[in-house]
Amino acid sequence: MTADFRLPRGGRIDRDRPLRFTFNGRSLTGRQGDTLASALLANGVHQVTTSIKYGRPRGIMAAGVEEPNALVQLAEPVSEPMLTATTVELCDGLVAEGLVGHGRLGDEPDPARYDSKHAHCDVLVIGAGPAGLAAALTAARSGARVVVVDDQSAAGGSLLGRDDYLDDRSSDAWVRDVVAELDATPDVLRLDRTTAFGAYQDGFVLALQRRTDHLGFDAPRHVARHRIWRIRATQTVIATGAHERPIVFDDNDRPGIMLAGAARTYLHRYGVQVGKRVGVFTTNDSAYVAAIELAEAGIDVPVLFDARQDVPQRLRAECAARGIDVYPGHVVTGTEGRDHLTDVHIGPVGGERCDTVGCDTLLVSGGWNPAVHLFSQLGGQLRYAPSLGAYVPAEALSSARVVGSAAGSFELMACIEQGAEAGRAALTAAGFSPGADVTVPVADTRPDEVAAMVLWRVPEGAPKVPLGTEYVPKVPFGTAGDDNSADARFVDLQRDATVSDVLRATGAGLRSLEHVKRYTTIGTAHDQGKTSGMVAAGIVAEALGEDLAERRPTTFRPPYTSVPFAALGGRDRGELYDPVRVTALHDWHVAHGAEFEDVGQWKRARHYPRYDEDMHAAVLRECRAAREGVALMDASTLGKIDVQGPDAPALLDMLYTNMMSTLKVGRIRYGVMCGIDGMVIDDGTVIRLADDRFLLTTTTGNAAMVLDWIEEWLQTEWPHLRVFATSVTEHWVTVPLVGPRSRDVLAALAPDIDVSNDAFGFMTWQDTTVAGIPARVCRISFSGELAYEINVNAWHGLALWEALIEAGEPYGITPYGTETMHVLRAEKGYPIVGQDTDGTVTPQDLGMSWAVSKKKTDFIGKRSFSRPENLRPDRKHLVGLLPADPTVPLPEGGQIIEHDYVPEPPVRALGHVTSSYDSAALGRTFAFALLRSGRERVGEKLYVPVGDDLVAVTVTDTVFYDKEGARRDG
Amino acid sequence: MQLIPCPWCGPREEVEFHYGGQAHVAYPAEPAELSDEEWASFVFFRDNPRGPFAERWSHAAGCRRWFNAVRDTRSYELLAVYRPDQERPVTT
Amino acid sequence: MTTGNPPARPGADLPDHPSFLWRNPDPAPSYDVVIVGGGGHGLATAYYLATVHGITNVAVLEKGWLAGGNMARNTTIIRSNYLWDESSGIYEHALKLWEGLEEELGYPILFDQRGVLNLAHSLQDVRDSVRRVNANRLNGIDAEWLDADGVKEVCPIINVSSDVRYPVLGATYQPRAGIAKHDYVAWGFASAADRLGVDLIQHCEVTGIETSGGRVTGVNTTRGRIGAGKVALCASGHSSELAAMAGIELPVQSHPLQALVSELLEPVHPTVVMSNAVHVYVSQAHKGELVMGAGIDSYNGYGQRGSFHIIERQMSAALELFPIFSRAHLLRTWAGIVDVSPDASPIIGLTPVDGLYLNCGWGTGGFKATPGVGDCFAHTIANDKPHPYNEPFTLERFTTGALVDEHGAAAVAH
Repeated sequence: MTADFRLPRGGRIDRDRPLRFTFNGRSLTGRQGDTLASALLANGVHQVTTSIKYGRPRGIMAAGVEEPNALVQLAEPVSEPMLTATTVELCDGLVAEGLVGHGRLGDEPDPARYDSKHAHCDVLVIGAGPAGLAAALTAARSGARVVVVDDQSAAGGSLLGRDDYLDDRSSDAWVRDVVAELDATPDVLRLDRTTAFGAYQDGFVLALQRRTDHLGFDAPRHVARHRIWRIRATQTVIATGAHERPIVFDDNDRPGIMLAGAARTYLHRYGVQVGKRVGVFTTNDSAYVAAIELAEAGIDVPVLFDARQDVPQRLRAECAARGIDVYPGHVVTGTEGRDHLTDVHIGPVGGERCDTVGCDTLLVSGGWNPAVHLFSQLGGQLRYAPSLGAYVPAEALSSARVVGSAAGSFELMACIEQGAEAGRAALTAAGFSPGADVTVPVADTRPDEVAAMVLWRVPEGAPKVPLGTEYVPKVPFGTAGDDNSADARFVDLQRDATVSDVLRATGAGLRSLEHVKRYTTIGTAHDQGKTSGMVAAGIVAEALGEDLAERRPTTFRPPYTSVPFAALGGRDRGELYDPVRVTALHDWHVAHGAEFEDVGQWKRARHYPRYDEDMHAAVLRECRAAREGVALMDASTLGKIDVQGPDAPALLDMLYTNMMSTLKVGRIRYGVMCGIDGMVIDDGTVIRLADDRFLLTTTTGNAAMVLDWIEEWLQTEWPHLRVFATSVTEHWVTVPLVGPRSRDVLAALAPDIDVSNDAFGFMTWQDTTVAGIPARVCRISFSGELAYEINVNAWHGLALWEALIEAGEPYGITPYGTETMHVLRAEKGYPIVGQDTDGTVTPQDLGMSWAVSKKKTDFIGKRSFSRPENLRPDRKHLVGLLPADPTVPLPEGGQIIEHDYVPEPPVRALGHVTSSYDSAALGRTFAFALLRSGRERVGEKLYVPVGDDLVAVTVTDTVFYDKEGARRDG
Repeated sequence: MQLIPCPWCGPREEVEFHYGGQAHVAYPAEPAELSDEEWASFVFFRDNPRGPFAERWSHAAGCRRWFNAVRDTRSYELLAVYRPDQERPVTT
Repeated sequence: MTTGNPPARPGADLPDHPSFLWRNPDPAPSYDVVIVGGGGHGLATAYYLATVHGITNVAVLEKGWLAGGNMARNTTIIRSNYLWDESSGIYEHALKLWEGLEEELGYPILFDQRGVLNLAHSLQDVRDSVRRVNANRLNGIDAEWLDADGVKEVCPIINVSSDVRYPVLGATYQPRAGIAKHDYVAWGFASAADRLGVDLIQHCEVTGIETSGGRVTGVNTTRGRIGAGKVALCASGHSSELAAMAGIELPVQSHPLQALVSELLEPVHPTVVMSNAVHVYVSQAHKGELVMGAGIDSYNGYGQRGSFHIIERQMSAALELFPIFSRAHLLRTWAGIVDVSPDASPIIGLTPVDGLYLNCGWGTGGFKATPGVGDCFAHTIANDKPHPYNEPFTLERFTTGALVDEHGAAAVAH
């Protein structure tokens, strides 16, 4: 069956460019300009797939985004799940298959690029149909910055699916002229293939532009396949058109049954006849025009059934002239056909007899639903329009106007006029003066004659089978049948949800449309209920005897149509997902084989394995070098904040638990910061550079938080304090030079200073030159060893580092990473905030009462220390743990219990292991733990479950090495 | 996504801002004098109205300055912005 | 109880709901107990009041449609692998109830114990994860630590390679965790409660709480005054407003929390994956759609909508973890209003007003607790005394400092 349904003439396609494609394994040919759906129809293919629940054949029903049936899975040129055949532009080599309910994600990596772009404008026009174009042109002529987005491949909107004449010319000419003028106007951005899918506050609209899909295999790789436009508009004109509404009747889902307007679009836009013998069923005048135009194209349209008794007489006469018999007061009561429609059962409304008409296609029109999605997303209120059987905007928003059929206005000239009007209002509201008026052309369209009838479903009592056959309803109307499949009156075709399902829901006690939606799943499919939502609402209201005007419409939520995940992810992938921060010495670490760890956004060298060393061996070696010779590390990631101003001492006294104002210039003090809840949030050193100037260091991960914290207090609580705080983290390269031989190395490189302990004491700093580089040297130690922390301008960091390596070579200088740093500090009992604390730990819990000032009347967190919970004697304390077996490492995160067996759950653990290491210096493993009443338990034997075993441990204090502190001065 | 009118920079994208919760909650003059209940009230309890709410924002990725705003928590509409040292303006 | 992978063809047939769910009664002049909030917690509380305590002269007042708030908007993840003993107590109690709930309610709630992975992306994540696993095991909660290969085994579509920005270093795994179908859960509780005589009253907004001599006596509503012996608040994001009607201040803030779904897809994702570090959580629902959530929006909001950049950000995170999702499509986004407490733990118990009971502050985690909190809250109401499982979750803890700090436990940053 390869009947050609392409008409010899007409259509806005390029007949000279055939495109080969494959659908469901069949090789077919379409034309440039086709959608997959129009190409299928041109080949006589209506059925696309079968339905999700009942496996019924399903065909193409619409010509746009509202399509509920024709779901396809693309295989070529790209693999993509669940698209509507009506929106896939055909390209050469396209391979697709009908999709039954579920899409399929491909295994292959997606090589395409995706990106996003911002656009700012005075007037945004959504939809380039007649109303939108008129609005855009009006706005453009005022000099306003205008953005026009439209989801189709070309401007024109509904005109693309009609053959109207404007001012005695084809509407194409009018569209061409408007587009040409728009494109020639500066500051107008017109985007085709761009769907506005979300509308937010303050004129923010998100749109998806499909930039290369239509190019198929010729799509250039360097062009982003999809682009998200983030448009910020002062004024927005919504001209998004309307979706035709089906009517529910028995077996309303067969391939060959389609919306009347869609058939018109296939005719005029694609030159496709949707059938050989076409019947029409309508409740309004618009389908008459479809019938007349199809007949004019030479298609056999024998009958039109109008549910209204009062039918439009002029249109009826036009029909008669083309051989179309109009049946007033008639409805479709059922259909026949297996894979394709063969017959339509019809009868008079409420009548006792019916007839059968042979048709391969049935066009249906139950009226039009304005596409109010974006307006509703903006918070615009909707109102039920009884004359339309649909929701329309109830109000104008101050920055958004809805025009044309999206506002429920369907007459072409009125749409253009409304568009121009809205364009004028928008440009004026945006502060511009109107330019030349856009003249409304005279259209040759047929005016509506008779008001539409609102009909959700063919009413009860209509005959269901041809006269002479015994009438046995499949499911009695108005009652809930248990076997849903018996009912073939489909409300939501994609969900296979029927009238019976709806009535069963209302019968179950459900009143809210939201409940009915959930009970029946109506409106939850790929089309998000574009053709089913209003019908379902109507049937529910009927069943409950309620007025739709009194009921709340269901809320429209973004997106209007589906958006690929990848487009939303954009370029924020891989390395661009989050900035990678590296120190000025990073390349050296890489070149010397360092393994790295992520600390916040930073890459930090974790250890420097030599040859085939594992981390354990490398760390033991690095630790030994620091304890016995000399070692150095890159500590540049430590946060550094320069705090200046006459009130800096007062500020620091509030920020730190200890006293900072008494720190002398030239000296350094360790400090702890707490939140107002009294829990430790950070720690570091404070260097006093001058009376009114300090340099604070923070932990690597908390640098930004601490700066924000300072700013918040300064600006919101203590604006009277004359202090400025500036991040200088990346200005400095910071290199701790650690170990008993560090003094020798420094002495060799810093001839201008006396590095002896007397001249350069612990917790002091000096400015000098090191290896000829201006440097600030601090005598601080996070390892307990003699150590100098050398800070230089980051530009000179590598020169410093290499000079230190060279000068230290005779002593076997060894670079070490964060892992060794952790071991060294733990051996000395120094906690790491964030590892040995978890936001529930006070300085007292850490055994740092010495760092909490008793003299200061207040500092941040002080008051919380006296809350009842903080005064409990059995708080968790930081303690040391020594495993009974010195070779056994405890797992960090291990829990601690009293018993030498694991009791039945739940077991209240006493605490947990926060840090655990194997120590070269101690020749054994050791750990830190937060332990309930920990300091009272020193000496106790406790147990840590490890897998199915229990590891016995002894509780100790936290200082394991050099308890008397003899090593720090060398 | 909103435009937030920073009093110093003008309207900027919401992503540039950091939210700081209720405004006009002063740090107590003498915390030591407060009862546990009063202190807890300062530390943990904030208004949570459905409607206009005076709150703090920081233009974190811009001028890094804090300011106050009255925002309707139903519509998210910003009814006023003002400097931290100013009184809450009357909004309708 | 169902286990293991999603069905080979999800979604073609969800189980039908029963032909009758509930009556739509008008409010009676008074009830023994009035529950404010017809979400999952309110409905479950009513159910357990009736079944466990024999208290059936109960009304559940819902200002909108039943279970239309956060119950209809959450991502349905159920797990009990919380860090602190207090939390794991109530969540594990809930999980045990979930395991028998389908039978108990006689409703196909589609509780599917497909497991939950909580990913670790940094060495500190690993320490925190191992700590939680060890704590869970002592509390009788099934928990395992998996390295990256183990993660790949449970969920083959996760990218565990080291060339992503924040590589997956491992994960905690709770096999008994999973998902359920939220509407089915709510309707199961609702119809069972209705059958037991509880009045479910919709479109009935509480406008005032009436007290006399320090004791609650009733509520004023948009459908008139309703007398009450006891009043129980279960109103999540609206708790502050309600409590204020009784003169009670709460330490909670209401924030938007967004979620989204894709189109229906053939099964690709056999479990539930949560990542705290990159802020995303994903499962594939029974029908086949990918269900995804992220962090709360930073600002207070009652608008049931959030900012789109949150969704874009979580999509980037999801694609880092699941490259296969690249060509899936976003079909629908929405938001709920979550009431976030300072320590990311709920507030459940008595209030300074006699006969007024409070259940709030669940933040992003309320759904998983539904049967557990229903049972415990009913106990609290019936006995005027907290159930042992909710005893730690008092309002007073913010004064004493006895917080239950679970900030590390949720996949979202508070």
